[in-house]
Amino acid sequence: MKTISAKRIEDAVSKLCVEANTVLRSDVLRQLQSVYKKEKKGRAKNILEAIIKNASLAKKEGLAICQDTGMPVVFLELGQDARISGDLRLAVNKGVQSGYKKGNLRKSIVSDPLLRGESGYSPVVIHTDIVPGNKLKITVLPKGFGCENKSQSRMFNPTVKIDEIKKFIIEAVKSAGPDACPPYIVGVGIGGTADYAALLAKKALLKKIGGKAVKLEEDLLKKINKLNIGPMGLGGKATCLAVNIQFYPTHIAGMPVAVNISCHALRSATAIL
Amino acid sequence: MNMHKRQIDVLRSGDEIRLSGVIYTARDQAHKRLFEAIKKRKKLPFKLEGAIIYYCGPTAAPKGKAIGSCGPTTSRRMDEFTPLLLKAGLKGMIGKGNRSKEVISAIKKYKAVYFLAYAGCGALISKYVKKAVPVAYRDLGPEAILKLEVKNFPLIVGIDSRGRNIYGQK
Repeated sequence: MKTISAKRIEDAVSKLCVEANTVLRSDVLRQLQSVYKKEKKGRAKNILEAIIKNASLAKKEGLAICQDTGMPVVFLELGQDARISGDLRLAVNKGVQSGYKKGNLRKSIVSDPLLRGESGYSPVVIHTDIVPGNKLKITVLPKGFGCENKSQSRMFNPTVKIDEIKKFIIEAVKSAGPDACPPYIVGVGIGGTADYAALLAKKALLKKIGGKAVKLEEDLLKKINKLNIGPMGLGGKATCLAVNIQFYPTHIAGMPVAVNISCHALRSATAIL
Repeated sequence: MNMHKRQIDVLRSGDEIRLSGVIYTARDQAHKRLFEAIKKRKKLPFKLEGAIIYYCGPTAAPKGKAIGSCGPTTSRRMDEFTPLLLKAGLKGMIGKGNRSKEVISAIKKYKAVYFLAYAGCGALISKYVKKAVPVAYRDLGPEAILKLEVKNFPLIVGIDSRGRNIYGQK
């Protein structure tokens, strides 16, 4: 059995926090460059240019891509043949604290949702999957709340027509409108339970964008890009960079659908120990 | 900086401008406190008359820099507080996204202006901030009110003093 020390996990998380917040994902950057080339309208093109410039400046100077360095969501895939020496949860939270401090990232987490109070770097949200093998895969997704606030979910009837589901997803993007920093990346979860669909929608954002898409994803992308929301909501072709959908089996009585929208600064970083 | 009537009058929804001068950061919790202070007729931590508020909570300033990443946050969350602030003399706001009907009418009534800053470009915007000094509510951390000196800050006029809105009348 392989042993992974808590300290190693802490150090890895710390590095991932800085990387995710300062270096834009290469698939996202490529997609931004591609829509920049396609955009003809002056203002939309100028905004996309600023977004691309922002990413390169952030990387060069080690600055946060966005001041909203998010609520860090940490995905752990723990091999069932690996053993952790020390406290896993504590290691993740300590890693976030040290990474956020080192990277001059923002204290955006309040310890009590109702009382609010002084903000800090943690605690973060952790999702753990037990998988075959003896490795630990760690992914840090700092999720900004301008876009997280636009998340939606609905429990449809099992007999629902696919067009109704499509309409719900498109309406979710429409209601985000100019507020959540378009062009968006739309994560969708279909199936499971209410809570699991929401998790799938968030996990869908981790999937590389611009790669092979299923027909439903392509169709939604096309329709969303006809909404003319555009960069900053000021019109244009680039409303959405990608639609990623994750599916899961569900109950005979239901059809859970969840939408998790990401701003154009979709940030995540992964390491395997 | 104090925005004067003459400066506001000439701005039209859709204009792209560069702003140089003093602005104040304030977002959710600072708005709540300013709102309460105005209602209770308490002294405000800075002169609101003629002032410009930037909806922004920056990251910490790296060594040798005036400020960290400092883009705009979603303006809509400030909508419930904004009409009273405008009544109390606020003349300019900088943020991202659309505003409520109530805010648009108040902008028209009190002859103010709402600007859009490049959304999600916090690293880039930091280049236009020359100085940042905390002036109030330090306990709010990144939501404290900062006095910023900006130079050539690129903005788009979102809603002008006639109530014309770049997003249309949605």
